[in-house]
This record gives sequence, C-alpha cells and structure tokens, in this order.
Amino acid sequence: MDGYYASYAPVLAIVVAGVGLVASIFAANRLLAPRRQSPEKLLTYESGVDPIGEGWAQIHLRYYVFAYLYVIFAVDAVFLFPWATVFAGLGWTVVGEMAVFIGFIAVGLLYAWRKGVLTWT
Amino acid sequence: MSAVEVLFALLGLVAVGSALLVVTTARLVHAALWLVVTLGALAGCYLLLAAEFVAWVQVLIYVGAVVVLLLFALMLTRAPTAAEAGTVTANRPLAAGLAVLVAAALVSSLVAGFRDVRIDLDDSVVGSAETTGEALFTSWVLPFEVLSVLLLAALVGAIVLSRSTRGGGR
Amino acid sequence: MNLAHGAGVILAKDDLSEFGNDPWWLWLVKGVLIFVILVVLTLFNIWAERRVVARMQHRVGPNVHGPFGLLQSLADGIKLALKEDVVPKAADKVLFIIAPVISTIPAFIAFAVIPFGPVVTVPFTDIETPLQLTDMPVAVLYILAVASVGIYGIVLAGWSSGSTYALLGGLRSSAQMISYEVAMGLAFVAVFLYAGSMSTSEIVAAQERLWFGLILIPSFLIYIAAMVGETNRAPFDLPEAEGELVGGFHTEYSSLKFALFFLAEYVNMVTVGALATTLFLGGWMAPWPLSLWDGANQGYLPLLWFLGKTMLFIFFFIWLRGTLPRMRYDQFMKLGWKVLIPVALLWTVAVATIRAITLDEGIDRRYIIGAALVAVLVFLALSFVGEKATEEEPEEEPEFDAFAGGYPVPPMPGQQLPVLTSVTGSTGTSAGAGDTDDGGAPVSEEDRGA
Repeated sequence: MDGYYASYAPVLAIVVAGVGLVASIFAANRLLAPRRQSPEKLLTYESGVDPIGEGWAQIHLRYYVFAYLYVIFAVDAVFLFPWATVFAGLGWTVVGEMAVFIGFIAVGLLYAWRKGVLTWT
Repeated sequence: MSAVEVLFALLGLVAVGSALLVVTTARLVHAALWLVVTLGALAGCYLLLAAEFVAWVQVLIYVGAVVVLLLFALMLTRAPTAAEAGTVTANRPLAAGLAVLVAAALVSSLVAGFRDVRIDLDDSVVGSAETTGEALFTSWVLPFEVLSVLLLAALVGAIVLSRSTRGGGR
Repeated sequence: MNLAHGAGVILAKDDLSEFGNDPWWLWLVKGVLIFVILVVLTLFNIWAERRVVARMQHRVGPNVHGPFGLLQSLADGIKLALKEDVVPKAADKVLFIIAPVISTIPAFIAFAVIPFGPVVTVPFTDIETPLQLTDMPVAVLYILAVASVGIYGIVLAGWSSGSTYALLGGLRSSAQMISYEVAMGLAFVAVFLYAGSMSTSEIVAAQERLWFGLILIPSFLIYIAAMVGETNRAPFDLPEAEGELVGGFHTEYSSLKFALFFLAEYVNMVTVGALATTLFLGGWMAPWPLSLWDGANQGYLPLLWFLGKTMLFIFFFIWLRGTLPRMRYDQFMKLGWKVLIPVALLWTVAVATIRAITLDEGIDRRYIIGAALVAVLVFLALSFVGEKATEEEPEEEPEFDAFAGGYPVPPMPGQQLPVLTSVTGSTGTSAGAGDTDDGGAPVSEEDRGA
C-alpha cells in the first residue's frame, strides 16, 4: 500500500512547490516594484468615467440555469467514467444499464432544448 | 501516529474549522468559499482513506460544480463584498444545539455501524474506479437507474422554475 | 457474460507498480523539471505566438531582444515585476490576492500525471524510472477535477475586483468553462472504453498499435473544440473580449499578479495540448514511419516526440487565433450545448455498442457501419425536432425600444430599429450581442444566432 500514498506524495510536493513559487514571486514583486499610491489610481476602471455605485451587480438567471445543467452533466460524466473502465469485463448488461441512464439524461437535455433553455439570450 | 494519521487529523480539523466559518461569516460569498475549503478537506480525507475515485469525484462535483452553482445563486440575489447585517437571527442558539444533536446522531450511528470494519490496504487498489464501477454496475443497478430519474426531475424542475420567473419578468 | 465472478478475472488491475518507487530526490528532480519546462515553454510560447501571428499578418513581430527576439517574453516578465502593484479600493483584498494563485497552481499540478516518455535509466545511476512524475488509476479524472478548481481563480478574480467589466468577464468565463468541461469529460469516455483504464500511462500503452485519435475521430474533434473553449482562447476568448469587456476578469490586475494569470493561461494551453497528445495521439510514441524503427520508442528520444506533438497543438492554438474571428456568446453556448454535448452522448453509446460487439467477437463490420449511419440519421432527425420545437413556440416579440432600460442601447441582430426621425433605421449588427449580461433589451431566442 506504500505505492498508493507514494503516488500522491509528488502531487502534494508540487502543490507546496507551487505555493512556494507564487510566494517568492509576490515577495520579489514587493521588493522590486515601486509604490506610489494616489486615490485616482485606486479607482476601478470604467473606461475613463468615474465609477458610480458598486461593481457588484445581480447576475442574470441564465447563468444559474447553465450551472445547474453543468451539475447534472458532471454527475452523468462521473458515472460514465467507472462504467467505461469496467465495461470490458461486464459486457452487454452494462451497455443496457448505461443506455437507460443516458436515455433519461438525454430526455432532460431534449426537454431543455425544446423549452429554449439551451439558447443563450 | 503515522504521517498519514497526522495528515488525516489535520484535514479533519480544517474541515470542521472551515465548516464553522461557513455558518459564522457575515459575508455570503466568503461563506461559499469556506464551504469549498470544507469540501476540499473532506476530499483529502477520502484520499487518505484510499478512496481515490470518490475523492476526485468529490472535488469535481462538489467543489467544481455544486459550489459554483451556489455562487451563481448568491450572485443572483445580491453579493456585495461588505459584511451584511441581518445574517444572524435570534434562532442562533437553537440552530447550534440542533447541529450538535445531528452531528452526535450521525457520529454515533457511523461508529456503531462501522466500528469493526477494517480496510485491507494491501489489496492493490481499494477505492479505484474499477472497484466502484464493479459494485455499482453489478450490485447497485437499481439505485443507479433511479438516480437518473432523480437527475431528470431536478433538471425539469429547474427549467420550469427559471421559465416561470422569466415569464413573470416580462 | 458471467456477472457474478467474471468481473474480477477479466479486469486486469492497472499495473502502476513502476510508480511510487522513486527515491525522494528523484521525484524532487522530476517536479522541479516540470516547473522549469512549463515556465520555459510559457516564455517560448508567448514569443512563438507573437512571431507566428505576426508572420500570418505580414508583420515581423518581436525580433530585437536576443536571437530572433527570443528573450522578448523574459524582458516583458521582468518589466512586469518592476511595475507597481495596484489593488483597487473597491476590491475584496484577500480574495483579490488569492485569485491569481488559485488559477496558477492547478495549471501546474495537472501536469504531474502527464507521461513524457517510457521507463528510462537515470544518467550516472542504475535507477530505472518512468519519465512521469506520478500516475494513479484515476489520473484523467484527477486532471478534470484539478481543472475545475482552476475555474475558481477566474470567478474570484472577477468578483473580488469590484469592477463591472471584471465581474462580467469572470462570469462569462466560468459559464464558458463549465459548459465545455462537460463536453471534454464526455469526449474522454470513448477513450476509457478502448483503453479500459483512466491512468495516463495505461492509455498511452493501449495506443501502441493505433492512436485513439484515428479511431475515435468524433471524440478527438469534440475534445479539440472543448480544449479551446476551456482555455479561453480565440475564437472562444469571450471572457477577455477587448471590445466589450476591456480585459475581462483581469481588468484590474497589474504587475506580477497579472503575469500569473498570463502564466496560468499559457500553462493551461500546454496542459490541454499534452493531454490531447496523451489521450489521442499516442503520447510519447513515435509517429508512424519512425515507429517502424525499434529504437524510436526507447530511452530519452520519446521526449522529443511528446514535445513535438504538444507543440503542434500550441501551433494549432496560434493558428486558430490568427485565422478565426471571435464568436458571439450565444453562438458559443449553442455550439457547446446543442452540438458538442448531444453528439458526445450519442457517440458514447455508439462506441459502447461497437465495443460490446467486438468484445463478443460478433458480426461483420458492415453492420457496425450501418448502425453508425442509423445513429447519425437519428441524431439529425432529433436535431430537426429540436429546431422545429423552437420555431413552433412563437413568443410575443416586443417592439424594440432603444430606451427601454432607461438608457439607449443598440438593437440586437434581427431587431428592427423603429424609424423615428430623419435617422435611417439601419439595423446595426453589433458584434457583442451576448453583452447584455444584466438584462438590457429583451430579445426572443428565435431571432438570435439562427
């Protein structure tokens, strides 16, 4: 079982190294870059116009709907992955099982399509 | 304690700590981001328990999809950066008590059910996609198919809701 | 098919025993090498992109610093380090600093499971090691999961800047990436079906005879479209559409924080290119005429094939940028959800059926081709049903009122500008039609992007 943890140790190491790299970049930036702040500089960019109000606006509902579709298809995909790896051993039965599963999801996609949800407005 | 056990304990602490921050922070978007930390730490725990498939699915689905959905939902309403007043209600102690009770019930049932179960780590791949897939597509076919109906229902529900809102907006 | 106990026998467990045996200094060296390769490739790719695009536009491109201008990107990087780092007053400070970090690190760690070459002997020692940092039975899932974490960098950068442009850019970018990640994941399924594994080294080994890119052409094409969408590159570079959103999610970023986003974008390009190479173009295996020579797949030579194929994808990215204009957002989403995902789903079912038949040592290939044709026809029929349904659903289109939102807006494509005064009602086709993100003019969906 050492092999299992040993295969993840480099991943952890590379995360640590990445954080180190970014930290040293920030440190270098702090040392090298000049700092002369003025109120105008700290304004957000609005194509030359002074920004009015906050930059945080309500987003449109369609973003939510597409995120929802994403959740459903991501769940679909994570079931397809183990299915694809065990496929060779189990044969026709799993083809049928997955066809039913995909069928239901496809009905959902078709429904979304017919209702015009898939069209970005 | 081995290094793995220390890491597991640390990740558990991170998960609990950030979960507490989720419910106590006054900024809505920050709460969602602490939730990312919680779910990520849980994925780390799964990884240390040799359930690598479930761990990465946790990252892909919960961190990558569900919290993005949550964030979009938050931004749908209002998501200013400043701390918001009124995120704390008078029911706070009651909610905390309930949460402790639920946690106690869950922990005790888990301990009662799995106290004597040991994972054989010498088996080459305990929690890989193959083992999960085999179990899923031989023993748990019905729940799997029912799940597709659930997903369909969720999709249809979301579409109906979004469309009725849009109709009202016109 | 013996379900009860057949499974365990036929499923050969992934043999990843050659991983995880390296002494600690060796994977340290490998890890550092990955960082070095990626950073150097980024510097090189930025230069290459500028030179190639310049050549495509009959310009010269950067040619002053170093031979052929090769040091230009390095000079730019140093210049960025010497610039003031401005954090806008309206920003959420902590998230503003964390965002570029979150978008950079996942870009690097996805590379841990990419195989650069076969098992080699380390020079000056007799240690044998694969030219790959690590591998796991779920390696490709790991890459997808890590990529989905990278989305946060962009969402947070957009949200924490406190600027409208950045917010819209970040939202667009995240919606785009999640849409195309689905297509990408579905495109992988056919590869897993043929390789029987999700581990990258196993997938490369499974392509010894035939590259998956040649037998799974639809998957390959879907993946190519998805990888361009996923990396926010032209023609899908809507999140940073300069004409509409200034710089998109990194509008407010300056100095090295901006450089980190740049680094992440180029590292991501290399990552998706390397992944395409691994999954579809045989990874480090030598291309056909060379593969006849036995020595081509041994030692350190495969490193060359791998990098060559990856650079081919980088050139493809640059070529696309030099050739295609930016798509509109609604066209982009239409391509993702109405073409790529349905096709990927159908293709998955078709591949599974074909694969089950071949595993059964069944029938003639003619039947398979016939079935494939039927599947294509069914899909076409379905797509027509979909089209019709949208047409059958007439919605009251409100007459276009330029001042509906309180401020004047140009008409969307297909909308008629009512002739009010002496100004002739020219229907302006604005390129940025997907730009009314906070609900500007109401448009019915039939009139868009048809």
